[in-house]
Amino acid sequence: MEKRTDPTLGPPHQFLDTSKSPASPTNRTPRVRIRGVSKNFGSVQALRNVNLDVWPGEVVLIIGPSGSGKSTLLRCINRLERPSSGEIWVDDDCVTDPRTDIRKIREEAGMVFQSFNLFNHLTALENITLAPQIVKKIPREEAERKARALLARVGLQDKESAYPSQLSGGQQQRVAIARALAMEPKVMLFDEPTSALDPEMIKEVLDVMLALAKEGMTMIVVSHEMGFARAAADNVVFMDRGEIIEMGTPEELFSAPKEERTRRFLQHIL
Amino acid sequence: MAEGKPKIEVTDSTLIPERGEGTIFSAWKISFFGALLLIILLPLLMPDPYWDILKFVPDGVLVTFEVTLLSISLALVIGLLTGLGQISRITFVNRLATVYVEVIRGIPLLVQLFYIYFALGKILRLQGIPAAVIAMAVCYGAYMGEIFRAGIQAIPKGQMEAALALGMSRAQALWRVILPQTIKIILPPIGNEFIALLKDSSLVSILAIADLLRRGREYASTTFRYFESYTMVALVYLVMTLFLSRLVGIMEEHLHRKGR
Repeated sequence: MEKRTDPTLGPPHQFLDTSKSPASPTNRTPRVRIRGVSKNFGSVQALRNVNLDVWPGEVVLIIGPSGSGKSTLLRCINRLERPSSGEIWVDDDCVTDPRTDIRKIREEAGMVFQSFNLFNHLTALENITLAPQIVKKIPREEAERKARALLARVGLQDKESAYPSQLSGGQQQRVAIARALAMEPKVMLFDEPTSALDPEMIKEVLDVMLALAKEGMTMIVVSHEMGFARAAADNVVFMDRGEIIEMGTPEELFSAPKEERTRRFLQHIL
Repeated sequence: MAEGKPKIEVTDSTLIPERGEGTIFSAWKISFFGALLLIILLPLLMPDPYWDILKFVPDGVLVTFEVTLLSISLALVIGLLTGLGQISRITFVNRLATVYVEVIRGIPLLVQLFYIYFALGKILRLQGIPAAVIAMAVCYGAYMGEIFRAGIQAIPKGQMEAALALGMSRAQALWRVILPQTIKIILPPIGNEFIALLKDSSLVSILAIADLLRRGREYASTTFRYFESYTMVALVYLVMTLFLSRLVGIMEEHLHRKGR
């Protein structure tokens, strides 16, 4: 693999910040490593030579105008989209290698979708227990016990037998987060988790995400929630037209963006 | 709530009662109870031919049921495989399923019956009922395949993505996430196919199978009471199909209440 250092990425300062990471051999490698990833949809280039490291325990927020490739990048990490070129690793497993068992990586990379995508024919509890039972072969009682604990964690212990149609958007998204957590992932991918929600429900979802970040979960979040960025993000990545334009801590990026494009974009959303 | 309720078109056949249809004189009630009343009253008032006919046809009803149930069971299996084949990403499987659907839908059922019974039946030494069941199942399997395909594709693609993102295999996602939701929305069209198949099963009477229609015909040709015989046959078919259509309606209602 070609070792390129993208000047816009800045020094890997997170490398030295081990305060949040458990002392284990894995914190010498990034949890997610993205190298030279491009993705074409026909003649449209959705991603151009993207490089990004996300370290264990780190929370990275990806912002940018619609169509800038944020979601595509996220979906490349668990291979819901296949990159046209470049390489992605989750820990020591190469996502882009066709020989890799992608299901193992998907177990380790939980995903939360904009439209929740709860299984409509199952109750909240069944939504959470299905994958642990059939993928990890966890016995039903144990899966249910864990699921109840997760529902309590997202504040929905009284909704275990509710079907998705009986839950509000915010509640559905919290169940979706619990469902992803039930697989005990090493990294959580959030694809615009609050974009489909009414304003009064955004907070309940962000609170759950904030708690998750505080517990040291590695998170990659595509979102424009600036409050969440300031409270929880270690780094903010600004993308435009398939490229990473700029990256920095929330303070750096929001108060002193280096690039003109970043500045213009931030004017629109701040 | 980003996703609307998936819906697919219901095929034309006997009307499936609307949910919550509560009027005393609904079309269904008039037809069903009217037919039932005639089946009871005619033999009582005119026992001469009608009572005899009523004693003569039940054997045929059983054969009609037998052919219908066997055919629909086999057709459901063929339909599921065809539907899965049609959405398969393996080119060969995909083509095979699609060609099957195209070919079968282009040939009249009666011709297929003749083909399997007379043309292939002689080679394969098939008996009457097995030949009839295979022909009906092969034909209806193609239509069922279309229903399964449409049903599977009506499920929002986020459902499959969510399942895959949790580490499920495609097969697991299909069986545990997609198909259970598909069943719910394809139940009405499948029910309609079932009713259509029951009616089309009368075609097998041509193959010397003693189904309901054949029994009626036998009675008519020995007694020359054509009007009475076929009236009774029609009424019995009507009661059966209307009963089934109500059953499908109730089942659909039940499924609706359970989920979503």
